[in-house]
Amino acid sequence: MRQTLAIFRKDLLIEWRTASRTVALMSFAFIVLLILSFAIGAESSALQLHAAAYIWIAVLLSSTLLLDRSFRVEVEAGALHSLLLGPVRPAALFFGKALANFVQLLFLGTITIPLVIVLCDATFQGQVWVMAVALILGTAGLAAPGTLYAAMIARLQGRQLMLPLLLFPLIVPVLVAAVKATSLAMLGDPMNQAEAWLVLLLCFNLIYWCLAGVLFGRVIES
Amino acid sequence: MEAVVQTRDLACRYGARWALARVDLEIGAQERVLIVGPNGCGKTTLLRILATLEPPSRGSLTLFGADPSTNALEARRRLALLGHAPGVYEDLSAAENLRVLADCAGRPVPDVDAALRIAGLENRPDPVRRLSAGMRRRLALAVLWIQQPDLALLDEPFAQLDPGGIARVGEAIRNLPGAVVFASHQVRHAALLCDRAILLDEGQIRWSGAADQAEDAWRALHIERGQL
Amino acid sequence: MSFRWETIAGLLGVGLVAWGHYNGLFVAPPEAMMGDVGRILYVHVPTAWVGLTTYLLAFIAAIGALWTGKVGWDALVEASVEVGVVLNGLLLFQGSIWAKPTWGVYWTWDPRLTTSAVMVVAFGAIVVLRRMIDQPSRRLTLSAVATIVAFVNVPITYMSVKWWKTLHQNFSSPETVSSTMVTPLRVAAFGMLFLMVWMVTTRWRIGVKRLGEEAAAADMPAPPSPLSLGGEE
Repeated sequence: MRQTLAIFRKDLLIEWRTASRTVALMSFAFIVLLILSFAIGAESSALQLHAAAYIWIAVLLSSTLLLDRSFRVEVEAGALHSLLLGPVRPAALFFGKALANFVQLLFLGTITIPLVIVLCDATFQGQVWVMAVALILGTAGLAAPGTLYAAMIARLQGRQLMLPLLLFPLIVPVLVAAVKATSLAMLGDPMNQAEAWLVLLLCFNLIYWCLAGVLFGRVIES
Repeated sequence: MEAVVQTRDLACRYGARWALARVDLEIGAQERVLIVGPNGCGKTTLLRILATLEPPSRGSLTLFGADPSTNALEARRRLALLGHAPGVYEDLSAAENLRVLADCAGRPVPDVDAALRIAGLENRPDPVRRLSAGMRRRLALAVLWIQQPDLALLDEPFAQLDPGGIARVGEAIRNLPGAVVFASHQVRHAALLCDRAILLDEGQIRWSGAADQAEDAWRALHIERGQL
Repeated sequence: MSFRWETIAGLLGVGLVAWGHYNGLFVAPPEAMMGDVGRILYVHVPTAWVGLTTYLLAFIAAIGALWTGKVGWDALVEASVEVGVVLNGLLLFQGSIWAKPTWGVYWTWDPRLTTSAVMVVAFGAIVVLRRMIDQPSRRLTLSAVATIVAFVNVPITYMSVKWWKTLHQNFSSPETVSSTMVTPLRVAAFGMLFLMVWMVTTRWRIGVKRLGEEAAAADMPAPPSPLSLGGEE
């Protein structure tokens, strides 16, 4: 537990120190939103209708960069070996890093909301709490398998290609559920479907946080 | 004196190449052993295997009387490795690095300050990225020192250092508790710090004996190869 | 060439599939709503069942590989993932050519087709991953972990896409299929199963041989002659 916190704090401290990289990541998310807006066209209704999708596309694409960096930091100067020989329990390493990634993704997701509101003229006709929960569960759902896969490819050549290829098929459920729930929060939810999607997100999180936690040990030692 | 390290017929293979073969080693609790050998002879592989970072392909390894493959954490609690890479986070300062690693290892805070002082880095708040090779080496040694290992494994601790740096590192090594296994090209300096030495050549032990004879063995190998 | 048991499976498979397809194409009545186009059922449904079974096999093999670390299990993971991806690809192709006359489009976002597409990418990525790793032990561990996660993901993806949109046929089981169509369907399904067994086993043998060669001990170098220090005594 103590180790989890230590690693969690350490990861966030490193991100804080290299604030320029964090700003670059936020800019990336912003550019994605801009490009989507240009590609879809200035017609307001299309933008507004799909605003939820844009948020999650931006978050997803940015997550590739974030997750890759999360392990590059470990491998860059051999810090991973120092941790392993600490000794740090692999599960603690996983949860510490995954939680740090979750917090960063959540932050990223949160700042895209005002951007989307501005660019797409989005509104909140549904319930805001649904939006908040969707954001939390969605980013958590990305963080868990993302951290596992980032660890897997950390020492591979050509790894930047592999992370999206491995990760994206897996997080389709998260994408579907998060976009739906967010969309219902933004456009209104007359039939109260949002809860079903949030439950799906919750199940996905429960399964993946456990599964990834268990498998991480094998991955990091290989 | 209980053996800290015991290997029987240790071997390690990468594809078709045997990086280590037939390595029998026994190291006692306070012994200091030097490993010399040409580049690519398997020194780093041996140290990594002793550090439990890599499994041997063959043979047995016993650390602190137990087989580390069943419980690596126990063995790791008592050993530390100074590898080629400094093993730190480039974006954090020396102090922050030590604090994180001490926290993970469960060491108390005063140890961090002591380690910083020993490394001579207490007045350097910059990130490690901006430190010189010598300072990074000192930081890596401080990381080692904080763990108070019963077995310290050092891979070329003198590499890239000037004579002043070498002297400082030598001093730090002298102050290490527990057993020390140390690979180095700087045979003369290193031999002064050790009790005995072994010569590795192409993954196998060619010679072992007292540390003060290490330089002769080293020379003999080069003569044999027609390099001297 | 020595006799291999899977050849029987292969021959049986070809025979059953041939009978099933013949029956399905010429003997069984046309499907009530789709007409003759519905005859693809005899190929498509078995491919779907057997494809999923192959992935299940891969999942079990992956657990075995992580548990034992043995080459045999690793080869089975490799074989079943590859055959699974091939069957999966076939499924998508069949689904598309059926969709065009039936729904007017090649692709629809119905749960099963979409989940299939996701699966083919997920498991295809594992094939790519295996190619990228040189070290046998790391390859075993990483591809086994990826296979386990990809498989666990299949039902989740299916449920989520199903909730998202539903268009596909109701799940084909003998009760929803008329009795004259059940037999060729079952026959074709078993035929496909035997074919899969044959393909996986053949591929497994190739894998075992290749991975075995990789792992085969190159001879250890001879013990060196002792070093004489010369001039020291």
